[in-house]
Amino acid sequence: MTTYYTQDHEWLSVDGATATVGITDYAQGQLGDVVFVELPAPGAKLTKGGDAAVVESVKAASDVYAPVSGTVTEGNAALEADPALVNTAAETDGWFFKLTLADAGELSGLMDRTAYDAFIETL
Amino acid sequence: MVPFAGYAMPIQYEGIIAEHLWTRESAGLFDVSHMGQVLLPLTADAALETLLPGDIKGLGEGVLRYSLLLDAKGGILDDLMVTRRAGDLYLVVNGAVKAADIAHMRAAGLSVDERTDWALLALQGPKAVDALERLVPGVSALRFMRAAGFDWQGHKLWVSRSGYTGEDGFEISVPNAAAEALARALLAQPEVRPIGLGARDSLRLEAGLPLYGHDLDPGTTPVTAGLAFAISKRRKTELGFPGADIIMAQLLNGPPVKRVGLAVEGKLPAREGAEVFVGSTKVGTVTSGGFAPSLNVPIAMAYVDAARAADGTPLEIEVRGKRLAATVVPMPFKPKNYVRAANSEISA
Repeated sequence: MTTYYTQDHEWLSVDGATATVGITDYAQGQLGDVVFVELPAPGAKLTKGGDAAVVESVKAASDVYAPVSGTVTEGNAALEADPALVNTAAETDGWFFKLTLADAGELSGLMDRTAYDAFIETL
Repeated sequence: MVPFAGYAMPIQYEGIIAEHLWTRESAGLFDVSHMGQVLLPLTADAALETLLPGDIKGLGEGVLRYSLLLDAKGGILDDLMVTRRAGDLYLVVNGAVKAADIAHMRAAGLSVDERTDWALLALQGPKAVDALERLVPGVSALRFMRAAGFDWQGHKLWVSRSGYTGEDGFEISVPNAAAEALARALLAQPEVRPIGLGARDSLRLEAGLPLYGHDLDPGTTPVTAGLAFAISKRRKTELGFPGADIIMAQLLNGPPVKRVGLAVEGKLPAREGAEVFVGSTKVGTVTSGGFAPSLNVPIAMAYVDAARAADGTPLEIEVRGKRLAATVVPMPFKPKNYVRAANSEISA
């Protein structure tokens, strides 16, 4: 399992052809208290860079873009009952959805943890 | 920190929900120095009455009145607080429109003294009185919408028992030179934590209080905004305020639209700009909306057609192509906790 990061502050953990996607701890800190997450339905086809989910914090709604292209297989049902999981466990239990990768080649443009940490240092 | 009205303002410190709940149970300190503090001579009361529908001539010393600057069509240019003091009229206006307000008053011949040498702190919450009384003895004797001068460490303060959170609390005008020291002294009190703009917005929304530039603008009137209480009794007979003909006709015949509170079903917040429907007919627009931390549900304010404004009316709000069920409910969403004077006439 390898975890990748994007400049839009998503992470994706890849296991074979399946990726689990969420937002980073840095992102949840910027958003503040999350009160609702709108997830893509299973079967939805996502395009890299296109709309994937919406995070509603107390202050605003924020779009989450698909870090790679693929077909959604599952949304995190736990977020419906407890959207604050995004704040307390952004990079573990607060995952958003799983998808089947359309093109594993898209992963090569993403950052690893070291690169992402260096990236957020520049913000 | 975000830019707002030319000031750098904090959105949040420890988090909007925590700050909101802390203010409701203890006391929160807000830096609201971006708001405009202006003085008018006492003799300006009659001239000020030509710009707003409140009774300023009859305002007692040390009493605050909530009022509305109006344009010729009765549209709201700003909402503000007016206090009669021993030697002047003290006005607090919104930061985003303070330059326009001052220009508007000067154009009407008023002599306006903008006090940029004063900061403004708001201490809000049920324990605000305990914290402030410890530093400034005597403030606990003030009642809601009353104000007086006090001294703190040799600095002159003007303290009002007022605010915009729906809680008991105070607004403290303090010379800039002493503002940071006073803020730090307040934050050193065990009841007090600093609160950002985010919680200020969620607190006032729960209290049903409209925010200028969102729920109030020149397209709204005191009647459509549900602020007809700001039209003082004497002014309704004497008239002589801007847009009086339009406003009195709206009072008599009912306004075309009304500001209402909406309880939103589910967890998804409806935000400013979301459209309100009955079936396929658009009947209104959300002007403020979000998640209510004290109620744990989404709430909103909207302007809707008067025929759809009765409490209990079922409506739908469209958010990203989805229809959310909503119901018109009375405001405030959260009951207010003001410490009123025995004979208080104030309904703000």
